[in-house]
Amino acid sequence: MSKFRINKTNFVDQTNRISFKFDGKTFFGFKGDTLASALIANGIHLVGRSFKYHRPRGIMTCGSEEPNAICQINDKSNLTEPNVRATEIELYEGLEANSQNCWPSVQFDIGGINNLISPFIPAGFYYKTFMWPKSFWKTVYEPLIRKTAGLGKSPIKPDPEIYDHKHVHCDVLVIGGGISGIISAKLSAKNNLNTILIDDKKELGGSTIFQDNEIFKINNKISKDWLLNEIHEIKKLKNLQIKTRTSVAAYHDYNYLLASESLNDHLPKNEKDRSVRQRLWKIRAKKVIIATGAIERPLVFNNNDRPGILLANSINKYLNYFGVTCGLKNVIFTNNDSGYETAISLHKKGLDVKIIDLRKRSGSELIKETEKLGIKIHWNSTITNTFGYRKINSIEIMSLSEDGSNVIGEKNKIFCDCLGISGGWTPMVHMHTQSGGKLNFRETDQVFIPKEFSDNRISVGSSNGHFELDEIVKSTNQTVKKFLHIQDTDLDDTNISCSKELEKRNIWLLPNYISIGKNKSFIDFQNDSTAKDIKLAMREGFKSIEHVKRYTTTGMATDQGKLSNMHALGIIAETAAVKMGSLGTTTFRPPFTPLTFGTIVGRSVGKFFDITRKTPMHEWHVKNNAEFENVGQWKRAWYYSRDNENMHQSVQRESKAARDSAGILDASTLGKIDIKGSDATEFLNRVYTNAWSKLSIGKCRYGLMLNEDGMVYDDGVTTRIGENHYLMTTTTGGAANVLSKLEDYLQTEWPELDVWLTSVTDHYATASICGPNSKKILKKLFSDIEFNDQNFPHMSFKNAKIDGIDCRIMRISFTGEHSYEINIEAKYGNSLWEKCMEAGKDFNITPYGTETMHLLRAEKGFIIVGQDTDGTMTPIDLQMDWIVSKKKYDFIGKRSLYRSDTMREDRKQLVGLLTDEPNTVLEEGAQIVYDENKKPIEMIGHVTSSYFSPNLNKSIALAVVKNGRKLKGQKLLVPMRDQTINVTVSDFIFYDKNNERLNA
Amino acid sequence: MFLINCPYCGERDQSEFSSGGEAHIERPKQPTELSDDEWADFLFMRKNIKGIQFERWNHSHGCRKWFNLIRDTSNDKIHGIYKMGEKPPKV
Repeated sequence: MSKFRINKTNFVDQTNRISFKFDGKTFFGFKGDTLASALIANGIHLVGRSFKYHRPRGIMTCGSEEPNAICQINDKSNLTEPNVRATEIELYEGLEANSQNCWPSVQFDIGGINNLISPFIPAGFYYKTFMWPKSFWKTVYEPLIRKTAGLGKSPIKPDPEIYDHKHVHCDVLVIGGGISGIISAKLSAKNNLNTILIDDKKELGGSTIFQDNEIFKINNKISKDWLLNEIHEIKKLKNLQIKTRTSVAAYHDYNYLLASESLNDHLPKNEKDRSVRQRLWKIRAKKVIIATGAIERPLVFNNNDRPGILLANSINKYLNYFGVTCGLKNVIFTNNDSGYETAISLHKKGLDVKIIDLRKRSGSELIKETEKLGIKIHWNSTITNTFGYRKINSIEIMSLSEDGSNVIGEKNKIFCDCLGISGGWTPMVHMHTQSGGKLNFRETDQVFIPKEFSDNRISVGSSNGHFELDEIVKSTNQTVKKFLHIQDTDLDDTNISCSKELEKRNIWLLPNYISIGKNKSFIDFQNDSTAKDIKLAMREGFKSIEHVKRYTTTGMATDQGKLSNMHALGIIAETAAVKMGSLGTTTFRPPFTPLTFGTIVGRSVGKFFDITRKTPMHEWHVKNNAEFENVGQWKRAWYYSRDNENMHQSVQRESKAARDSAGILDASTLGKIDIKGSDATEFLNRVYTNAWSKLSIGKCRYGLMLNEDGMVYDDGVTTRIGENHYLMTTTTGGAANVLSKLEDYLQTEWPELDVWLTSVTDHYATASICGPNSKKILKKLFSDIEFNDQNFPHMSFKNAKIDGIDCRIMRISFTGEHSYEINIEAKYGNSLWEKCMEAGKDFNITPYGTETMHLLRAEKGFIIVGQDTDGTMTPIDLQMDWIVSKKKYDFIGKRSLYRSDTMREDRKQLVGLLTDEPNTVLEEGAQIVYDENKKPIEMIGHVTSSYFSPNLNKSIALAVVKNGRKLKGQKLLVPMRDQTINVTVSDFIFYDKNNERLNA
Repeated sequence: MFLINCPYCGERDQSEFSSGGEAHIERPKQPTELSDDEWADFLFMRKNIKGIQFERWNHSHGCRKWFNLIRDTSNDKIHGIYKMGEKPPKV
């Protein structure tokens, strides 16, 4: 056993030895150790370098508030994780940890030079220095700062671990498994309330579990033993679910809380076995009891950051819980009684310990006991300096003046290898404030405590500002009784004995004979901000705590100021001579401790990230070498590559084939809404710009839908299936939104209409066959239908059967060719497709994808909503005046078409563009200008669609251009990075202007 | 994250709902009679008050029904929920 492992405890299994690596060197610890306790047992305190000055730093705490001991775990693997607190890592066989923020090593760090030049890099240094010259920012300053900034290294490969989410409901959620949490959970569960108790440590018990002192007794048992028995008892309760290694990260409205449970981080690799690493609990609790305890405060004095300086109560935990001592010659520096518990523990283990107390004197039981044991106490004293570069080796103390504002008398040097500091306790009010609770400031011990409770949320124990054992037990019992409406409890007659603190003396920034500018009194250890930085910020005019915080970066490190925020506030108050309570606090924001991205994402990774929608013909497209395009959640065939064609070659071939003979497109993804009801026609009249009253049964009509602001929202063909029955099609991407918009109007504006909407997008598969030979193919498929223009004209529909299966054939066209769309029940989609391919074999039927579809429709000047429109285009802008009914009294968006802005003549309007050089294809999105020389250059529009048309053998484009309607024939410029392209405004219908091919 | 008592389905998590902005803004029956300013008022102007606000909500991942909800925007307390067409309860 090492000389620091001096004690056997129930919590560390000293028969189970574990080897681990720190900074490449192998060490040993035991099962039950944390990385921090194992390092301390090996005499190691120096574990990292500070962020700014690269000062040597050691383990300072034993919990989630740790600012210094943050490590890179499993470096060089894709499981690596930066900024993990050594105080929270449970030791397992094979653990590899490395210090961060140092090079070449933590022992010798080049960056340490920053400490020597520290007078030149005060708070706000970056803002002041890197402002000039401006051109240096991008080339010199930013790359340099980026190189030195940041803590740790992020993994560069995908995270192979599994993460999980779980939703739970409970009557009562208790946050925190210390003594008050355990009492609360027991009361709740024993009263038949479904209860969850959550704690971030691996075992319940908080800090009472290592309170091993005869002075603190409950029912004549030492507090720790009483609590161990309670833990044993509550584990038997049926209504209670205990979740350890689980940290509540966020407390949202309506008692909705997020907690992250660590499931296998403490296991060695071979035991993990592809199990879930972390689970995010989404908890809806009827009532919440916050029992998150308190965090011990450091004291702010010169060189208070050396390795070997720890919070006093943490030393007690390492000693009584882990069985290791942080030093052999100890000094406790305190302003309150709790440091004395640590001193007594150390003394009882035979270790050397002295006490330095800010207070002038006190006579509490703890102090009487300390004096009885012969422990030396330096009253009314402060530390003015500490020594030892890689670990503390001595301190210098002086007496305090009467008012505590100065040091007086002689300097005394005390040798030590460990210094415990205690500046009192800060209640963890994070959960309370996150839930919307307000705070009160208590002057006596300068703490913020919850101001009010609600019907469904309370704080108990030290998170509610109760620090004495008897107070904690009794007030928790009383508060919970009232909160949960419980009559009598076992705790009503509890007999508690404990020491009561009698004197208090708090000085936020301890006085020194060395001026503030020359000493290093750290407030935020992780971000290296000092008392001097706070004072500088105030001198420079920052008054609000929120501003001082950001200017000095105090409280902005990964520990979110758990140890530093109160001191920053206190020093501001002391300096400005204002009441600390009047300053308010900075905002406590979730998460309480950092969450991994994996936990947040859970199972929604890879193919589960989003839903993938595939058409019934998808497998056919895959087999036929289709490349796919994402359209919303749909996978649509983009083009079919044949004989190693590239995309351009495929699209040119497909486009030509569709116009020369026959093409086939999978149009199943188009949104389909089934509309029924006696007012269906009236409904269509109100939602589309054109008139629907005269559409006879069996006919189809193209419709344009606007938003109430007059802008084009969606388009598609609607077919009248029966007297009161229509089938509406929408764009692929707009389907869901159109349905909810229509539902909105039906439910809220026009509830009197008898109309029923059903989404049938997934119910039907659609094959669209176009081209001059399409009619012949349809004839082969449907021999009993007469495919002539009298019986089956353009824009009409027929019910039909194929192999006895019902289908609907619409003669409609998005390509400008004679074409048909066959709709069939989705499950027959693939058979239908194969039959079409078979029937079209003699006509070189060519499957084409969305790219060819886009090209063909652009040749015809048909818009695509969302490509040629962007939510600022009216039908008039699109030169689609013909579809806007003048006769209808009203439709959605009509009034907006007569607003002064929508009637402006110089709005951007849809035009065609032809490049002067016919082989040059414009880039979609390219800006269009009149004149390149007049600066600033006026952008008058942009290209919305652009293709090389194989049927016209030239480049064509659609664009929106200011006042475009009047610009036909106008020469314009499209400036690109390497050239300026000359274009001429043209009609936007490039092909078959008279629609002759539709009826060919 | 609110808990919303859908008048058709009961209490559900907020993630099932979408907000539709201010409630009780009726679409004018005769838009053509309105001046540009009056129409713009209907189209664009919405209140953004601190305190009691009447809102439209849709159970978009549930029954898809619209309803009205009274919310105090200062603390997100929900003070009432009622169906479309119903009169708001007294707060």
